Amino acid sequence: MKLALTPDRVAAALALVGAVIAPAILSSYWVGTLLTQMLILGIVAASLIFLSAYGGMLSLAQVAIYGIAGFVLGNATTNGNTKGLNLGWNPWWGVLLGLAIAVAAGLLFGALASRSIGIYFLMITLTYSVIANLSFGQITDVSGFGGISGIPTPHLIGSAEAHPNRLYYVALGVALTVYILLRYIVRTPFGMTLQGVRDDPVRMSSLGYNVVLHRTMAFGFAALIAAAGGELFVWWNGHIDPTTIGLANTIDVLVIAVVGGLYRIEGAWVGALFFVILNNYSQQISFIGPRFATLIGAIFLVIVLVSPGGLMGLWERTISLTSGRRRGPTDRDSIGLPRAEPTV
Amino acid sequence: MDSALRSPATRPRRRSFTAGQRRAIRVGGWTTLAILATLPVLWVLFFAPTTGKFATSFGSAVHDPKDFVITVLNGVTAAGLYFVVASGFTLIFGLMRVVNMAHGAFFLLGGYVALKLQRHMVGGSGAFGLDSSQVNLTHWIVPTIVGTVLVAVAGLLMQQLFLRWNQGQDLRQALITIAISIILADQMLAHFGGVAEDIAWPRNLDTFTNLRVSGIQYTTTRLFILALALVVGALLWVWLKRTRTGMVIRAGVDDRAMVSALGINIQRTFAVAFIVGSALAGLGGVIGGSFASLAPGVDANWLLYSLVVVIIGGMGSLGGAAIGALLLGMTTNFAAAYLPANYTYYAIIFTFVLMAVVLAVRPLGLFGRPA
Repeated sequence: MKLALTPDRVAAALALVGAVIAPAILSSYWVGTLLTQMLILGIVAASLIFLSAYGGMLSLAQVAIYGIAGFVLGNATTNGNTKGLNLGWNPWWGVLLGLAIAVAAGLLFGALASRSIGIYFLMITLTYSVIANLSFGQITDVSGFGGISGIPTPHLIGSAEAHPNRLYYVALGVALTVYILLRYIVRTPFGMTLQGVRDDPVRMSSLGYNVVLHRTMAFGFAALIAAAGGELFVWWNGHIDPTTIGLANTIDVLVIAVVGGLYRIEGAWVGALFFVILNNYSQQISFIGPRFATLIGAIFLVIVLVSPGGLMGLWERTISLTSGRRRGPTDRDSIGLPRAEPTV
Repeated sequence: MDSALRSPATRPRRRSFTAGQRRAIRVGGWTTLAILATLPVLWVLFFAPTTGKFATSFGSAVHDPKDFVITVLNGVTAAGLYFVVASGFTLIFGLMRVVNMAHGAFFLLGGYVALKLQRHMVGGSGAFGLDSSQVNLTHWIVPTIVGTVLVAVAGLLMQQLFLRWNQGQDLRQALITIAISIILADQMLAHFGGVAEDIAWPRNLDTFTNLRVSGIQYTTTRLFILALALVVGALLWVWLKRTRTGMVIRAGVDDRAMVSALGINIQRTFAVAFIVGSALAGLGGVIGGSFASLAPGVDANWLLYSLVVVIIGGMGSLGGAAIGALLLGMTTNFAAAYLPANYTYYAIIFTFVLMAVVLAVRPLGLFGRPA
């Protein structure tokens, strides 16, 4: 099979090469702080975009699940000197436990929410997010307000301060795996059914498919991805506290997904890169200073109102202008939201 | 709409149950649920111990009826405040299908405006804010009215500027209100700072009332909140059931297209509903700021309470909001009072359990109807 040289593929190849050689050409601040953070935020945003684009479910619980995985890993692997259970496990067992509990939480959340859709789903998942935040803040057995510090990374990777490049490559590997896995899963019979459920749940259910079960499974799968992001985050940050999964951060991930483009998985990392760079450099602009949230809120508002499909939509529009071909999110409205409210 | 899910077609094709089996599953499910719901009631009434590993603060209701009554009162009065805030949310949602995610930010805005105005009116305040003895009734009522009106105007502006021309695209409208709430929350942090502050109650209210029931001295302000909630509920009920605007709103909840086809100016009704709904958030903010405190992050809590109340009560239903507020108020207060004293901080989990149980049984809430 011969691959045609489309602009998308050229851009993807360039991005991949750039990501691989980044540690050689960029400063360690860029790689260890900005780019690693971008990859991690992109992974969480990708789980949100997957649910929205292929399941028609706009979820605000992804950051809560990311936090659950992070807190479990923190509780399992720390060894004294911090809040929480301090189980002192091997980091790899902690990773497995974190993924397992996060997916279980995701399946429970999904099972309760998946009989709703659209704004109802958005509201229910938002309550999950706020409740998770308050729970970790109040339950001092597992975290408390100050959170968990000194979370160790496996020896193989080393601490984020000493070996920023190693954690960067791990995050890159996970991000690539997530991307490939998502691209694969949407083409499997499960993924096709999920898209059928997104477009017409009533028809799918009369064809004999279990709509609620498909939505729940998709939510559980997205929880696995968000959990991987959460575990990378605690390795990168060494610390997690309830603010990590607060309403502001929940909305940040939504903003990343919408800014990137809510209908293409790639948008997650594009949006994350935009967000991280803006966050880093806007502080230096005098009239913005510490008011980053206002700036990002205003950008979010403009994108939602004018809706050019985020940065991916802008890219596709540029391509179609130069090549004369019409491309873009055709069966969705331009922001990537489901066009009409599907009724269950 | 919802019946499609329950139809036999949604079941996996290979496993179809007979009618008898289906009934057995249903009966079994309800029985489990009934037992699960009864256990906490039995615990509170009879079994909560005062000694041992699971010692609770008060012991069972039989052992200590006074604190039980106080907990009930706390639950009811908290429910009053939940109702005031959530009724505004559900009014807007019921009529326009707009999920106002800025409702929590409006709550905080109303509170902060009243706080600053009160400080300004009273003049010099100590390092810890005002004391009730410095504040008379006017110093509380005027800020309350100004805070409420200002938030009503903010709500109207948001609706006219951003939401009106996106009518019918409910997800997009929800995202717009999220964007507004980010900006509002950040601006409030910039203008009002990050320290928790509270509005002072007037000195006439900041007392205790003798309830003449087993000698309970109960905070007057809590009773005042309850009275205010009852007044708000009654006014809303009269407005919705007895006036022309209310009639149009109720008709609009059922069939928007038909109402505008009848030549009624539905846009005006939308604006009115948004003014009233936002005003209730602002009023709730002033009461909440007097009752508890105002700080960044409080907006998220109150958005959560509004969401939970309308999710369990059924979205767009005023009666549902009342029942939902009562359930939430009771659950949070009883969990905090009757969990074993070493584990009271698990109370927050019960908010989730309450919502989970209701959603499992009625996905549209107790009084919810398909849209």
